[in-house]
Amino acid sequence: MIQLFLRDVGLSVRSGGGFGLALIFFLIVVTLIPLALGPDQTALAVVAPGVLWLGALLACLLSLDRIFGLDFEDGTLDLLVTSPLPPEAVYIAKAAAHWLTTGLPLALAAPVLGVLLNLDFETGKILCLSLLLGTPALSLIGAFGASLTLGVKRGGLLLSLLVLPLYVPSLIFGAQAVRLAGQGLTYDEALVLLSAISLGAAAILPFASGAALRINLR
Amino acid sequence: MLHVSNLSVARGGMTLLSGVDFALNAGQILVLRGANGLGKTSLLRCIAGLQNPVDGQITAPETVAYSGHADGLKGQMTVLENLAFWSSIYHGPSPEVALDAYELHALADRPAANLSAGQKRRLGLARMQVSGCALWVMDEPTVSLDADNVALFRAALDRHVQSGGAAVITTHIDLAIASAKLLDLTRFKARGLMGSTAFEEALE
Amino acid sequence: MGWSGRALPWVAAAAGLSLCSGLIWGYFFTPDDIRQGSTVKIIYLHVPAALMAINGYLLMFVGALVWLIRRQHVSVLAAKAAAPVGMVMTLIALATGAIWGQPMWGTYWVWDPRLTSFLILFLFYLGYIALWAAIENEDTAADLTSVLALVGAVFAMLSRYAVLFWNQGLHQGTTVTMADGAQQDNISNVFFQPLLLSMAGFGLLFLTLLLIGTRTEVRSRRLKVLQARERME
Repeated sequence: MIQLFLRDVGLSVRSGGGFGLALIFFLIVVTLIPLALGPDQTALAVVAPGVLWLGALLACLLSLDRIFGLDFEDGTLDLLVTSPLPPEAVYIAKAAAHWLTTGLPLALAAPVLGVLLNLDFETGKILCLSLLLGTPALSLIGAFGASLTLGVKRGGLLLSLLVLPLYVPSLIFGAQAVRLAGQGLTYDEALVLLSAISLGAAAILPFASGAALRINLR
Repeated sequence: MLHVSNLSVARGGMTLLSGVDFALNAGQILVLRGANGLGKTSLLRCIAGLQNPVDGQITAPETVAYSGHADGLKGQMTVLENLAFWSSIYHGPSPEVALDAYELHALADRPAANLSAGQKRRLGLARMQVSGCALWVMDEPTVSLDADNVALFRAALDRHVQSGGAAVITTHIDLAIASAKLLDLTRFKARGLMGSTAFEEALE
Repeated sequence: MGWSGRALPWVAAAAGLSLCSGLIWGYFFTPDDIRQGSTVKIIYLHVPAALMAINGYLLMFVGALVWLIRRQHVSVLAAKAAAPVGMVMTLIALATGAIWGQPMWGTYWVWDPRLTSFLILFLFYLGYIALWAAIENEDTAADLTSVLALVGAVFAMLSRYAVLFWNQGLHQGTTVTMADGAQQDNISNVFFQPLLLSMAGFGLLFLTLLLIGTRTEVRSRRLKVLQARERME
């Protein structure tokens, strides 16, 4: 399982692996927002927490179909499922690798990009923290969605349709925490609930996703 | 090692084979023959646990080494890295053994994407060596191999069965393995629908 | 298949009867509300539709669960048939809510927790239906959509609470509670009795559509079996 995780991380960093694409997408979204909304600094600071969370979420969404898609196409997934590794472990390794190569860089980049949207540094720290706690759920839910749409050709849009409603609670709690922090209010509750979703997803989804993988490869 | 009794196999809702019976002991090679579309691949996928049989029983070791039409190689990784990865997944022997068996030493540091079709297949077959599994389930293993490489494969297979392993192979060319048992699947050919029992009744 | 065919006309007739009488009673024979005027009468559509929107998802959940555990084809086909009906009920609840919201709140749409929850519920229905449509093999589709329905139910509940946390809302509280048989004082009998009747009507309507849908699904599967058999002969 650790080898699979390391291999996936390694593959995504190598050429053609798509590492960094999510970050570039995130940067582009953050650049386009002020162009659409106007350069007013106070207005930007108001929308910054939501925009940054949404940008990170969409950037995360972009890379989901690669989680299982590449391995499914070249037959690796068949071999992995016949190996001693249970499908649940395959799912966990792949979701973890996705988080390390997508969620973590996005969380670290968010406060820096926040500067572009007039987000102050203190709130930026909370933004980073909320993304660190929330992106594991995004990767786990996304990998679950990817395991459902495995056999569907050009299932990218379907995957988004399935995954986005599942992202609602994480988005609400995450963006809410940053918004509350920006207003100087207490945000602990939102962060706790956000982490609870990540932990809950880690507890339940491996079984659902393992079942989906078995069904799809059958 | 492998015991298949009264097995029915389906693909796309159609039962292709039924009543398949055979047994395989350690040290044996079984070659399955039959026309295209007969259900050879589906049968192997059932044995490998990638597909549920419609009916019947399969007794097989918990993990088997399966090789299908696709080699499951990562183009960005080198030959050695590919083998090392599978070796660690199966907790199998070191990749050196496999490199020896298929004379892949010269290619060890080449990215798999740069290999020719025949070289990729050799790498795919070498993967079986690092699995350390006793039972090999192989679907058309000699596709895109030239005569020399088929000989390498035969040698590797011989060593595997002599050390107590076994193999089930489908092929449409004659592998000329003297010790192999041949089983023609044509006599198990079935014509039927699967999973339709719930909807069997005619329309009112 | 046998009993459902015999029951269908009766259920349909009961649905039509209770729906008509409930709605006519509600619209023409109840007084206007003191504060809300005659706009309040939209509850005879709005509340039952919202109720069936939620029950529809519940039914899908149960159908999916029964399929995954007992492999009963009919239950998963019932879940499949319930999805579009539930989706339309959600749409009716959203549309009537918007029409009611205009005179009450001065706007068709507010990002109120209830409205938002229903919009999210609508998306869940869409995803379920889209997944069914995308997968060719029926048994694979049945399995995967069922897994989605189970996980989706958990996240739909989560979303409900998340949305409450996000915005406390304008929407009036639940005025119809039937927890202990005796309804609360916040809705008077004059309004409650026809509402109950139209809720029963919507329930029966849902059941009618569900029966028709499930029977259609079962028949289409049988047809496929027959066609496949013909091809082989």
